[in-house]
Amino acid sequence: MNIALTRRASLLGLATIAAAGRAKLALASAPTEQRLVVVLLRGALDGMAAVVPYGDPNLQSLRAALVPPQSALLDLGGFFAFHPALKNLHALYQKNEVLPVHAIAGPYRTRSHFEAQDFLQTGIDQVGITSGWLNRLIAELPSGGVTGQGLAVGMGMPLLLRGATPVASYAPAGFAKPSPALYANIAALNRPDPAFGPAIAEGLRAARFDHATLDAPSMDDDTDHTMAPPPQAHGFPTLARAAGTLLAAPGGPRIAAFQLEGWDTHGNQMNLLHAPLADLDAGIATLRTALGPAWASTTILVMTEFGRTARINGTHGTDHGTATVAFLAGGRVAGGKIRTTWPGLNPTKLFQNRDLAPTADIRSLAKGVIQAQFHLTPAALARVFPNSSDAPPMGGLLRA
Amino acid sequence: MDSDITHAMIRFGFGAGGTAPASTNPRDWLHAQLKGPDPALADPSFANLPSGADALQARRTDAVQRKRILAAGKPLKGNFKPLSRAMFLGDAKAQLDWTINTSAPFRERLVWFWANHFTTSIRQGGVEALVGPFMREAIRPHVTGNFTDMVLAAERHPAMLLYLANAFSVGPNSRAGLRFHRGLNENLGRECMELHTVSLRARYTQTDVTNMAKLLTGWSVNPQNQPTGFMFRPFAHEPGPQTVLGHQFPPGEAGGIAALRFLATHPTTYQSLATKLAWHFCGDHPPQATVDHLAAVLTDTKGDLGAASAALIDLPAAWQPLTKIKTPFDYTISLARAARITNAPVGFYLGTLRKLGQPLWAAPLPNGWSDHGADWTGSDAVLARVDFGFTAAARANSTPPMDIARSTLGPLLRPATETAIATAGSPREALAMLFAAPEFQRR
Repeated sequence: MNIALTRRASLLGLATIAAAGRAKLALASAPTEQRLVVVLLRGALDGMAAVVPYGDPNLQSLRAALVPPQSALLDLGGFFAFHPALKNLHALYQKNEVLPVHAIAGPYRTRSHFEAQDFLQTGIDQVGITSGWLNRLIAELPSGGVTGQGLAVGMGMPLLLRGATPVASYAPAGFAKPSPALYANIAALNRPDPAFGPAIAEGLRAARFDHATLDAPSMDDDTDHTMAPPPQAHGFPTLARAAGTLLAAPGGPRIAAFQLEGWDTHGNQMNLLHAPLADLDAGIATLRTALGPAWASTTILVMTEFGRTARINGTHGTDHGTATVAFLAGGRVAGGKIRTTWPGLNPTKLFQNRDLAPTADIRSLAKGVIQAQFHLTPAALARVFPNSSDAPPMGGLLRA
Repeated sequence: MDSDITHAMIRFGFGAGGTAPASTNPRDWLHAQLKGPDPALADPSFANLPSGADALQARRTDAVQRKRILAAGKPLKGNFKPLSRAMFLGDAKAQLDWTINTSAPFRERLVWFWANHFTTSIRQGGVEALVGPFMREAIRPHVTGNFTDMVLAAERHPAMLLYLANAFSVGPNSRAGLRFHRGLNENLGRECMELHTVSLRARYTQTDVTNMAKLLTGWSVNPQNQPTGFMFRPFAHEPGPQTVLGHQFPPGEAGGIAALRFLATHPTTYQSLATKLAWHFCGDHPPQATVDHLAAVLTDTKGDLGAASAALIDLPAAWQPLTKIKTPFDYTISLARAARITNAPVGFYLGTLRKLGQPLWAAPLPNGWSDHGADWTGSDAVLARVDFGFTAAARANSTPPMDIARSTLGPLLRPATETAIATAGSPREALAMLFAAPEFQRR
């Protein structure tokens, strides 16, 4: 067992991923062939740095020093452009497989990272909620709520996936491993415990599934390498490759949640934002490659807790703001255009004369995606996102 | 062993270890730990650790050295030996060893609690050398003192000023702001309100945050200023009075101090601290009466943390069964104490904490590590604990496993665990069973 686990970890390159890394992954199985990947950018991505509204006449006066030169921008049709680091996303946009949604925000306005990240994951604008909307989604799928094989790579289950439906996680921690017999005794000792009993049972089940899938002959051999990613910086591409392989496998997990850090750019934003954006870009490309044919049934939702100030702050960065950008990517995404009601950057149009004003609700986007992807009834959708009638699902996000 | 003394050692400390309690009355034993200054600060193992100013100097030397190596076209690997890293390791060793071996574990739990409340982290701001001095200069001296003093020490420490980027925040209308067109960075202004003092309960506005950031402009660092390295730079300070939560504060260094004093003694600060303390020491979802009582003690004593800590000891909720899940840090320390591991290098603990998901002084975000059991009981995290227990069991001294189990858990040891230990195939497997037992995961 010991040798096999080490081999599995090295196969995936996971030995290089420490818990201190800036990327985390959790996966869950679900009774469906549709795949949903949620990427949480923790720390608040500056939406106007990722998708630059260069055609807005007020952009330069607000933040000239944060706008890359026109020649470096990756144009999206005459008004918006991707940040130069988003090369793969730009290529996918041209294949109509990426849809940026701009000027979007959650319903909260506190500009607190911590509260906003919780709301983004619970989908409920209220403190103290302990289940995430992805967990509630799994419960609404036909024969949902089954304890399936799932796993997480990297430590910790995000709030997004926590809740009544059990979801397993597994991390290659790099400690010595007890023998199977000792594991069995430890599982038995913990069985009556409400927290540790299920966790150990799920973890051991996940380890075995993980093992069987990843030790199988590599699935990379017949996939297309035309979008090979650059070397990884923050670990997202490495985890993305593992996730893509598992999501593509028959009987593998169908839901993945990534958490990426490095977005809280209060200072020196031009330099500090490039690497995390390049990492995000490379990770999405890696996922597409690793998913192979399963890309056609996959939707990736990239979202962040809020945006950043429209104006540059005193230390060449931006402070906490309101509206930002979100992305969809995937084989069925109705992409190749920007989805937005652009509020404009005239100071009178800024939210509190400070931030990009929100014209769309992040819950509408999430609801629109899961409704189209999983054909949920309105009643089921309301159970996944309760008290959200003010945020009706967006239509037209996926192709039929 | 008496069940109350076992309970006290686990709930308020890190389990058995150090010198056995002299008093047989657990409450007396706990109260005695709150008297006098932090014993760690007088310990010889702390004597040669760097000050904040020393750490700032090392940080500067490292930057010069790094530039020089790169300019010479040499690779950093093999040539660059940062002083900051050495300082980090020295502080980690001294402070972890102290925590593992202390005979005042309640005091030590409070130290780590407050260090997490005022999180500084090596993930941002280049503060690797400063996180250790921060614990010794800003946290340890005030754990049983007044909360306002701790707020001032923490917000003025270079570790915090660099971690939350205040050192470079410039008043837009200050001389520096006008001359160089620099301006505010409101990171510390916001987090000192949201996380360290009044919390979102105070319903402050964006203007309050911006004004607080203006009051803190000019709060910066200088390696020449022993001991901590704090320096006020009037050149960067925003002129004019500022209003925060309806109170006006004058410009100058004194204005920022006055504003922090106001925030540190605000009613919602006491509610926030009481909630966190109760949550930490009485289990997740503590009774409201417990929180209210602690808030009242803090209010009546104007933030006396010694009084609040003493009140914890006398709370009925603190003596309810141990249901709180240990964090990876608590788990690691309590395991090292139980197994009397004395021969492990600091890298063993740093590696363990990283693999268990709670790397030392490296919280991902300024709100610090979660104090909520559900954040630490994912199956990946739990299996990693099991594996660590098995790994660490190989390092235990030769004390028979059953003796370790009884001295650590006393009457809390379940018959099923006792049987598992008694029938295990080897001492190492027996200890792995003990460390994986549900009752060893709780505090």
